[in-house]
Amino acid sequence: MGREVEIKICMGTGGLAAGGRAVMNAFAEGLKAEGIDAKVSENCSIHQVGCRGFCARDVLVDVIIDGKRTTYQYIKPEMVEQIIKNHIIGGEVVQDWTVKEDYQAFHDKQVKVVLADCGEVDPEDIDSYISRRGYEALQKVFREMTPEKVINTIEASGLRGRGGAGFPTGVKWDFARRNPGDVKYIICNADEGDPGAFMDRSVIEGNPHSVIEGMIIGAYAIGAHHGYVYIRAEYPLAVERLKIALEQARQRGFLGRDILGSGFDFDIKIKLGAGAFVCGEETALIASIEGKRGMPRPKPPFPAQKGLWGKPTVINNVETLANVPAIIRNGALWFAKFGTEKSKGTKVFALTGKVNNTGLIEVPMGISLREIIYDIGGGIEGGRKLKAVQTGGPSGGCIPAEYIDISVDYESLARMGSIVGSGGMVVMDETDCMVNIAKYFLEFTQAESCGKCVPCRIGTKRLLEILSRITDGRGRPGDIDLLVTLSEDVKAGSLCGLGQTAPNPVLSTIKYFRDEYEAHIHEKRCPAGVCKNLLTYTIIEEFCKGCTMCARVCPAGAIVGEKKQPHHIVQEICIKCGACFETCKFKAIKKG
Amino acid sequence: MNTLMIDGKYIEVPEGTTILEAARRAGIYIPTLCDDPRLEPYGACRLCLVQVKGMPRPVTSCTTPATDGMEVQTSNEQIERIRKTIVELLLSDHPNDCMVCEKAGDCTLQELAYFYNLRENRFWGERRQYTRKDANPFIERDMEKCVLCGKCVRVCEEVQGVAAIDIAYRGFQAKVCPPFERDLDCEFCGQCVSVCPTGALIGKQSLGKGRQKDIKRVDTVCPYCGCGCNITLHVSRNEVIRVTSEPDTLNEGWLCVKGRFGFRFVNSPDRLKTPLIRRNGRFEEATWTEALGYIASNLKRIKKQYGADAIAGLSSARCTNEENYLFQKFMRAVIGTNNVDHCARY
Ligand SMILES: Cc1cc2nc3c(=O)[nH]c(=O)nc-3n(C[C@H](O)[C@H](O)[C@H](O)COP(=O)(O)O)c2cc1C
Ligand code: SF4
Ligand code: SF4
Ligand code: SF4
Ligand code: SF4
Ligand code: FES
Ligand code: FES
Repeated sequence: MGREVEIKICMGTGGLAAGGRAVMNAFAEGLKAEGIDAKVSENCSIHQVGCRGFCARDVLVDVIIDGKRTTYQYIKPEMVEQIIKNHIIGGEVVQDWTVKEDYQAFHDKQVKVVLADCGEVDPEDIDSYISRRGYEALQKVFREMTPEKVINTIEASGLRGRGGAGFPTGVKWDFARRNPGDVKYIICNADEGDPGAFMDRSVIEGNPHSVIEGMIIGAYAIGAHHGYVYIRAEYPLAVERLKIALEQARQRGFLGRDILGSGFDFDIKIKLGAGAFVCGEETALIASIEGKRGMPRPKPPFPAQKGLWGKPTVINNVETLANVPAIIRNGALWFAKFGTEKSKGTKVFALTGKVNNTGLIEVPMGISLREIIYDIGGGIEGGRKLKAVQTGGPSGGCIPAEYIDISVDYESLARMGSIVGSGGMVVMDETDCMVNIAKYFLEFTQAESCGKCVPCRIGTKRLLEILSRITDGRGRPGDIDLLVTLSEDVKAGSLCGLGQTAPNPVLSTIKYFRDEYEAHIHEKRCPAGVCKNLLTYTIIEEFCKGCTMCARVCPAGAIVGEKKQPHHIVQEICIKCGACFETCKFKAIKKG
Repeated sequence: MNTLMIDGKYIEVPEGTTILEAARRAGIYIPTLCDDPRLEPYGACRLCLVQVKGMPRPVTSCTTPATDGMEVQTSNEQIERIRKTIVELLLSDHPNDCMVCEKAGDCTLQELAYFYNLRENRFWGERRQYTRKDANPFIERDMEKCVLCGKCVRVCEEVQGVAAIDIAYRGFQAKVCPPFERDLDCEFCGQCVSVCPTGALIGKQSLGKGRQKDIKRVDTVCPYCGCGCNITLHVSRNEVIRVTSEPDTLNEGWLCVKGRFGFRFVNSPDRLKTPLIRRNGRFEEATWTEALGYIASNLKRIKKQYGADAIAGLSSARCTNEENYLFQKFMRAVIGTNNVDHCARY
């Protein structure tokens, strides 16, 4: 009867959305009803854990019996009873519901440093973190490391900022340390405004203490006694778990006065952002904390010289900080083992788009795009053809399929006209229109521009208008050149990173997919069949059986014809919704 | 001191000088729209971009400090191209109605358009359109003409300490306005009007009264208080239509609501232009000699008849310190009384 039973239920945002809490309750009630203590073990516990990356499979449940782990996917509350009866009590795994090889394949090529404990620890329980070597790095720092030594270790590890720019973290800390002043600040940037990005959110939701520990070590290194986590208010779960974690860390003496008897004081405040992408930019973020409008200002002075309230300030990304405890624990050399010569360690990506396995992944720098898409991502949906990969979100660019073997690291992606960025990765196939993709990103940056500087405020607006007219079929000869020159001026002329990178999606799609732009402008045709105004649906008479199905689904009443006679689409009435195309059983409707 | 080279010229400037200031001292022109040396560096219009040797991209000269050994190029093909693009972008979102604009002839944007010979514009598209009029009594706010240089916002906060306006909304929709887009309700010092480079902010009293080329400028001192701010009266058809002040004066060009907007009395038909003496219960116009003689003889008479303490003097805050000093000296030493007071005490 001494068996140890541990049940881990995904309660990340994905897990909760899929019903994680109901599943957890079902387990709790089910085990109680079965009188589990008496029947199986007194050592039976249920834990909530954070995201493990494969949210599409949620609710994911681990049942660990005496160290032997079985992972179930797509679990609903009504399935719990059977798992308890057959597996936990009966010892028979419910094979139909377990994860299969594809789940394993998703994880095989991943290397988890930042996410190592996400999905393992209970984010609301500090002991759970401590039991997995949590706060060991902090104790080591206080026991045996001077601030200089901490900085040297981080520098030697080769850790570079994961927030976008890839600036060496050790060097940044060193600047701030050397800048004189009694009052200094460290800020964790958890604004994460890129569309489709959820790396930082998952880290905070899944393992908030790793970020806090990294921040305390950073604060000690630069000599800061006050810290802020700037986190968007749209992340209520992350905010809640962070609050709980901060409180627990305070109770254990990891935060506050005289931390662990070291004589070092440090505490952290949470500052909620109101969901402006530009507030992720460090000077805008500082302005926002100061209660001002979140607008960037020119550098110099850099935040490390004059940051929050005019004091030397270090701003680091969530993922950057979450790397720190592992580096201190395992040493710089251990970390530098992963990655390429100039890009060390791992990077978390939000893999989305037309791959079979979408989700949150952590890979060693230097892995190829091919491995990410085909091994981890399980290839392109529906077996279609890969067209391009967009990395770096709205600041990044598109990498065409022929370069799929390039290494994913700061330098290689920059050479391709893209960036690692904060970690967005959107996979596109032949059904994606590249002009439309560029337009999508410009819609975002244009709306998120703070409006301070002219090239970005009006320039991105005009870029978007030109892209819109091209996708609407009103493109003019000369528009491509106009897009290129305006893009270059906006890049070179804008004040902050937002405007300086906003044209990247336009420039990279023109560079690699110019023919698509030309088809839109000169032939009024969208090769991918996406841009509505450039589509015509026609009925191929030979194939049409006159079944009238299409005429019945057409919401605009644009299809005419007698029963059993070939039908006809009246183009002036057609709204190009594609309903007929989807409905026709005889493939008699042509799209193009 | 730092020595830097701008366009091949060596220039020595004190620590903390921006490249823009250094260039200006050397007589080198760099176009600007959002810079005002009296305000904190801002860097929004991006017109003042220059290339500094060794830097990967052009930098704004108005925000970048000049350092020793720096080599600066204020113009090259890329920079000129960007500047032209910026002006074209601004004009693509502008009413361009210089024809009837109060600011024509004194407008930085108009100058830039002229300078870059922008007859045609490569860009066109949506233009901001605001129909609501701000009903405040002093300042005509035409935000369609605003280039978001942020000077008004900064002067209001940094100089005036009022912060009555700020930028609201994002991106293309960004707009300078009072909280919740209410009507402006502030000190009406008009500092914002004085720094606005375009016709977005205009004193309401001056509307339609005459543009810069039509006016005669008369430098004088503000009569309202002892500070004695330097002001320039703008006179059109023998009427004062506007008051401004130059940045190189003791008051650095800053004025208060009275000095800037309280000028209509000058043209008032009720205004007294000579001293008046009451004779037989009625005020009659007199000369200054007559009036001063009348005052002196009466003061003497009263002092002789009732003693010095029967006389009291009240002075005005519109007088300078020196004048107030002289006045009390006159009361004490000449009249012989300590009965002297000042309107600021009431
Ligand atoms: C428009 C814009 C948005 C940004 N958003 C974020 C963000 O959401 N999170 C982040 O960590 N960094 C963001 N950055 C980068 C930050 O300015 C800064 O470089 C980063 O937080 C530094 O941390 P690191 O060195 O650890 O990467 C953004 C930059 C720009 C220009
Ligand atoms: S580049 Fe865009 S976001 Fe950045 S300061 Fe300029 S207007 Fe604002
Ligand atoms: S603000 Fe300047 S550019 Fe605009 S209409 Fe008036 S004079 Fe012309
Ligand atoms: S008039 Fe003065 S107080 Fe009012 S908005 Fe302008 S600068 Fe501010
Ligand atoms: S109103 Fe005038 S001063 Fe204010 S931001 Fe607009 S253009 Fe600049
Ligand atoms: S939230 Fe459950 S795996 Fe991501
Ligand atoms: S004058 Fe330098 S950016 Fe406007």
